[in-house]
Amino acid sequence: MDERTVNALGLLPNYLAQHVLLSLVAIGLGILIGLPLAVAATRHRGLRLAALAAASLVQTIPGLALLALFYPLLLGLSALTQSTIGIGLPALGFLPSVMALTLYALLPVLRNAIAGLAGVDPAVIEAADAVGMTPAQRLVQVEAPLAAPVVMAGIRTAAVWTIGAATLSTSVGQTSLGNYIFSGLQTENWIFVLFGCVIAALLALAVDQLLGLIEAGVTRRDRARIQAGLAGIVIGGGIALTPLALGAQHTYLVGAKNFSEQFILAELISERLVREGATAERRQGLGSAIAFRALASSDIDVYVDYSGTLWTNVMERRDSPERQAMLDELTRWMADRYKVQVLGALGFENAYALAMKRERAAELGVHSIEDLARLAPKLSFGTDLEFLSRPEWSALKGAYALNFAEERSYNPTFMYRALRTGDVDVISAFSSDGRIAADGLELLADPKHAIPSYDAVLLISPRRANDELILRALEPLIGAITPERMQEANFMVDRDTNKVSPREAARFLARSADTPVR
Amino acid sequence: MAALIELDKVSKSFDGGHTLAVSEATLDVEAGQLIALVGASGSGKTTTLKFINRLVEPDSGMVRIEGEPVDAGDAAELRRRIGYVFQGIGLFPHMSVGENIAITPELLGWPRAEIAARVNELLDLVELPQNYASRSPSELSGGQQQRVAVARAIAARPKIVLMDEPFGALDPITRDSVRSSYQYLHGRLGLTTIMVTHDVQEAVLLADRIAVMSAGRILAYDTPRALLSNGAQGDVANLMAMPKRQAERIQALTNAEPQEDAHG
Repeated sequence: MDERTVNALGLLPNYLAQHVLLSLVAIGLGILIGLPLAVAATRHRGLRLAALAAASLVQTIPGLALLALFYPLLLGLSALTQSTIGIGLPALGFLPSVMALTLYALLPVLRNAIAGLAGVDPAVIEAADAVGMTPAQRLVQVEAPLAAPVVMAGIRTAAVWTIGAATLSTSVGQTSLGNYIFSGLQTENWIFVLFGCVIAALLALAVDQLLGLIEAGVTRRDRARIQAGLAGIVIGGGIALTPLALGAQHTYLVGAKNFSEQFILAELISERLVREGATAERRQGLGSAIAFRALASSDIDVYVDYSGTLWTNVMERRDSPERQAMLDELTRWMADRYKVQVLGALGFENAYALAMKRERAAELGVHSIEDLARLAPKLSFGTDLEFLSRPEWSALKGAYALNFAEERSYNPTFMYRALRTGDVDVISAFSSDGRIAADGLELLADPKHAIPSYDAVLLISPRRANDELILRALEPLIGAITPERMQEANFMVDRDTNKVSPREAARFLARSADTPVR
Repeated sequence: MAALIELDKVSKSFDGGHTLAVSEATLDVEAGQLIALVGASGSGKTTTLKFINRLVEPDSGMVRIEGEPVDAGDAAELRRRIGYVFQGIGLFPHMSVGENIAITPELLGWPRAEIAARVNELLDLVELPQNYASRSPSELSGGQQQRVAVARAIAARPKIVLMDEPFGALDPITRDSVRSSYQYLHGRLGLTTIMVTHDVQEAVLLADRIAVMSAGRILAYDTPRALLSNGAQGDVANLMAMPKRQAERIQALTNAEPQEDAHG
């Protein structure tokens, strides 16, 4: 079997368990909130209009945006609970995912329950009153059973939507089947992408069939069907969730931002933690700002960030000191301000740099950003998704008065491709990227030092600061990864042919880290 | 003897007081009687009926049963003591015939064995086979469904039964059969029945007394004989003229010599 398929299968128990747990809780909450709300809504017209309008509005927000919105909301709430009752809320992972998905599941449940209850023949309702039922007895004995088929159809829709949308929760640090899709898209591992899609679709289909069985049972008042459907869900759910019950002790959460180097380093860190006897779980595909906040609030335990990024974005400094001075200041500041431990620099830099194709640069006579500034109004600029909103771009723009004809943002993989095909002339590259050498790119000099240095540093959460196992597992990595090795590892994952998985690339790095170069 | 059911100047408006669906209706019903409320559609007869078990709460006036105001206690408890048969039959489609009949005794918390025995007894009483208990109402004919509805209404041994055009949806032959069965039960069980109908002939044949309603008012309340006699005037006379004319026509046909039939 193909190595990537084996990898994918190995990850399946955990991904599936997390996905099932997340979907189950969200659908369950959707039902728990939706049904009473629907009952209240059928009794009060104003509430009905308001509830349906609100639920429909939520439905128009793209799933990814809904998940993203819960992150700042929970951060704010967490600060509030921290200051009032001394307990913070996790702003990343399970909680925001469940909240967003519950809102998603709510509309079909609510809409169908309202329609089902409104569809009960008024003569039958009057009959229920006339034989002497109280409103509660009428609801349980008459309205609920008669509305049940329509309500079940709504629950079915909610389940299919939720299972699909749950793949997006990967982006706020909740492991799900989406991990295959996000990391596969990033590393162009199409087997992973396909695997994630197929498993999520199969899961949705299976649940849909089982709920369909229950729905048919409810419609035909056939107990056997209802019981068979329920048994299928309980047994299937139980099997899918077993890995969670078995694991979960001493789990270290390893974060990664959304590019290949981060995936490789997360694999490397995880592997070393596992070798020291811990369980490691990955939280991949985090946005740059989200990753640090997640670490500071101990939602993740360890990840790799870059000194210049932290310097400008977190410390909000605009000066650019010499490399070692920056590291020392960063280490001190992180400990004072956030109790975050900077374990040390890995040995390579991943700086933001502007890159052009070598022949195009020669043709235009551009070798530094100063040269580029003169021609920029005729050139188009491709960036990753966040560069244009980062302070580094403001600094560059300010220092060189850069003004491009066009600015376009891409997923990093597609950004390199756009440069190759000539769709853009200049890109915001990462200096550790293997594609710089492989694609024959020239990094433009920064004579005014507008961009600070970007040493890769290992950050440890306040919760795990000075944790012995972490120290034992990760201290050997300090200073052990050369820029060349990192570029090589990145290229193994990013190249178009003969790609390997981030895990394979991490093994390659581990072999070189075990024989320190310094 | 005081009346079992008293309506005392009861009024109701469904549009905030612009028009009155029922206007100061006053009616005394003595125990054991079968009363018919007749009148055109929209005359307020169904609303008047629903005052008695509080399916409609009056805006003003007072309804008493055995001297007690009906709104003194809980509405659900009141309704469990009063049988009700619907215009559209109104059986619960998701329950079996037996479960439908058992519903009020269940709500009253009768012992299980007693309820089962009562269901069988009632199926006999309304002349349905006992194995119908497990059937769904939809498997029954209209007449059979209406018999189940009657059984359900009297299941918890109420003294009072309210009927809202109970036989209106049935074909003439079935209607006559269910009607006779009910008349028999009414007498045998000592029920007090108030029945809404737009069929004046039905009212004349069944009722001890008839209340004639028009535009929310009770125009007359008397025995069929008195209403049919020539003392009645206006709307009442017009309404009562119908069965009279029909009876005279049938009389004339049965007395005449058969002419065509000789060749048939």
